[in-house]
Amino acid sequence: MTMSILTAPEAISDTRQACYHCGEECRDDVLHADDHDFCCDGCLTVYSVLKESDLCQYYAIEGAQGISPDPAFYKGKYDHLDQPEVHDKMIEFTDGHLTTVYWYLPKMHCSSCIWLLEHLYRLNPAVRSSVVNFPEKKVRITFDAPALRLSELAALLTRIGYEPYLSMDDLSGKKAGKWNRTRLYKIGIAGFAFGNIMMLSFPEYFHLGQNTSDQNLRTLFGILNLVLSLPVLFYCAADFYKSAWSALKGRYLNIDAPIALALSCVFLISIYQLATQTGPGYLDSFAGAVFFMLVGRYFQDKTYAGVSFDRDYKSYFPIAISILNDGIEARKPITDLQKGDRMLVRNEELIPADAVLQSAVAMVDYSFVSGESQPVERRKGDTIYAGGKQKGAAIELEVLREVSQSYLTQLWNNEAFTREKDDANKSLAARINRYFSLIVLGIAAVTFAFWFFINQNPETAFLAFTTTLLVACPCALLLSSTFTNGNLLSVFSRNRFYPKNAHSIERLARTDAVVFDKTGTITLPDDAEIDFTGEPSTRDELVMIKTLVGQSSHPLSRLIAKHLADVPASRRVLTGFSEISGKGMAAQWGARMVKVGSAGWVGAISKEESAGQSSRVYVAIDEVVKGYFTIRSKYRPELPETLSALRQAGIRTYLLSGDRPTDRDLLVPLFGENALLLFNQKPEQKLDFVRELQREGRHVLMVGDGLNDAGALRQSDVGLAVSDDINNFSPSCDAIVEGNQLSLLPGYIALARSGQRIIRQSFAISLIYNILGLSFAITGHLSPVIAAILMPVSSITIVAFTTLASNAAARRYLKKLTKVIKRT
Amino acid sequence: MSALYLLIIASLLVALGFLGAFIWSVRKGHYDDDYTPSVRILLDDSEKP
Repeated sequence: MTMSILTAPEAISDTRQACYHCGEECRDDVLHADDHDFCCDGCLTVYSVLKESDLCQYYAIEGAQGISPDPAFYKGKYDHLDQPEVHDKMIEFTDGHLTTVYWYLPKMHCSSCIWLLEHLYRLNPAVRSSVVNFPEKKVRITFDAPALRLSELAALLTRIGYEPYLSMDDLSGKKAGKWNRTRLYKIGIAGFAFGNIMMLSFPEYFHLGQNTSDQNLRTLFGILNLVLSLPVLFYCAADFYKSAWSALKGRYLNIDAPIALALSCVFLISIYQLATQTGPGYLDSFAGAVFFMLVGRYFQDKTYAGVSFDRDYKSYFPIAISILNDGIEARKPITDLQKGDRMLVRNEELIPADAVLQSAVAMVDYSFVSGESQPVERRKGDTIYAGGKQKGAAIELEVLREVSQSYLTQLWNNEAFTREKDDANKSLAARINRYFSLIVLGIAAVTFAFWFFINQNPETAFLAFTTTLLVACPCALLLSSTFTNGNLLSVFSRNRFYPKNAHSIERLARTDAVVFDKTGTITLPDDAEIDFTGEPSTRDELVMIKTLVGQSSHPLSRLIAKHLADVPASRRVLTGFSEISGKGMAAQWGARMVKVGSAGWVGAISKEESAGQSSRVYVAIDEVVKGYFTIRSKYRPELPETLSALRQAGIRTYLLSGDRPTDRDLLVPLFGENALLLFNQKPEQKLDFVRELQREGRHVLMVGDGLNDAGALRQSDVGLAVSDDINNFSPSCDAIVEGNQLSLLPGYIALARSGQRIIRQSFAISLIYNILGLSFAITGHLSPVIAAILMPVSSITIVAFTTLASNAAARRYLKKLTKVIKRT
Repeated sequence: MSALYLLIIASLLVALGFLGAFIWSVRKGHYDDDYTPSVRILLDDSEKP
């Protein structure tokens, strides 16, 4: 393979090139190979790996967009996977020879990923097969264990850009539940019983076979119906009984309680009728009701594969960390970390335990723990708390406390952070149901009394009592809320908003106050607003600055380098580079001296550089100060429209930030004159603020992103986690939204509210059917055929109505807003 | 009418067969992933083995 790599500036035209592999704009260097452009070494490496194995067909698949491999990867990163105790927990199956793993690859995103991952055997012949489960972003790989070690397999995946997500959660042996399959069994069996009972009931519907010679056949049909309904009662409907029983034990009435009562009554009256040969019973309606309710619940509770709402700090931590033993590096599972161990933490790695810094300096990014956007500098001997990320060169630390004793773990286990939300009796259906059940029971009792005492007809009395319960069974009510919420969940997820469950939607509908976190929530996580103040620089000078900052791993340097994306870098004439931590850097560019750094470093007189304001980086060339870069957090561009739309909907907005009050002047007009903007908030203070709002009777939606918001997210009525990559860690929450979709928040709330309206409307429709059915039931004339027609017809009408109405609402609220935001 | 007994048993057996097939397919994981197979079938096999 011939390949020519040119980094000299003259090879670069001013037009921006897209990387052939990852499709991103080439911002730093541009590399060439085989007439294609690449944005970094990583992308080029993947390309050459694919080319060697003749897998370039990958790029021909429509929508193919490769992934730039993690630059922080180093040889030996996965060595701990070969340790027997870790190894056994990471694999799904092994017979000593063939081994299967089922790994989560969060970077998987398009159909070409499926193609590439299923052709792994071409990259390494020891891989026997690899099968992708795309919705779960998982791949099941079968390989020859002796020929390919687990660490090599992980490295192979990382090398082509699909780093497996291996966390402490995997170690604690959490396995995906099989509940989804159990539900399908139940639906299948209920559907089977429903269909066959209906078929066997046909003669009864049409009053066939009334003469005595068919009596045996009638008995046989009755017995068969009973046999078919037994698994429905004992297996399919078991969940309704369990849930009703646990609610009764907790001394409240949930939606399942009247359902369980109605199902029992219908079943008992059917047995009675069959035994006394007084009628065919209502087993068809019984099986049908269970079937429809199970289908409704299946859609409502269908979880989003690959999105996890209850991850805790464990899934944020890596499995292992590098340990230095007499200067020799080894990987050690972090659960085994002990006081006194010397850790080696590389760029972008997380510090898992409280530790004392042994290297000279470290830049620690605590944005996840505290919300502070700027990395802080720590010097030798300082204590560094767990949860920070090192930015820059590798550092050595001595462990002070074990992981389970560390600050972050203690914070997480704080009582206030583990509060569960109480959903019982709060949902709309449950509230309507409370009255509904009482009314139905009242009607049934009056009917019973009427027939029993006034007409002296006990048989009709029992029949009328149970059939009243049957037709007024809150199935329709249950169906209207399950199908509306189920459909809304899928509409929301199509718009990349992922509520945890139906209860979250109902609480979202009641929201009347929204509290925003700042860093990472309303600011863009990896972007900053950079202005240059001072003499305009020539292109040559810009090239110098870009080249110089390109040498540093300091976060501010990285941001400036990104800002100067148009400017090429050239290392050819750069000599004598030096960087002093906390001050700046200097180098010779040909004959000229370039200095970039703090005011003191370049010799500038900083005038109004008051503490707590935006960061500045000064530039001096040949000891002449040219000016400075001002670096401020960049806000999401649609923020003003979103906030004003929220206020128009009568929702109050607040800002709680763990950061310094840098942009107060900018934010006040956005949030409105009398809005509360609080800065320097600790996690506990955020939680208290939300609690205070709730005490005033407000329903609070908290929007946050990091651990510093975790307590407030839990305390709020709806905790909304913002994540630019939904597969990444997000704190325990009720809903997850992708960062660029946050602007649709007013639409999401409006849609949730209209969902509640639809539930009420469909409930009204089901009432019409109920009244119709009741008029037959009270008079004791509800024949099985009328029950058999009413039940499915009412169910189907409701399902159709809720689906159409919620889809229409989604079009109205989300599409319109998307257009408005695109136009502005 | 005795033919009916036979027919009903036969029809129930057929229905049970389908129920069995459904349960078998769920158990084998056919419903675990309802998206990937629809993409996989559209991806061309590579020209070389």
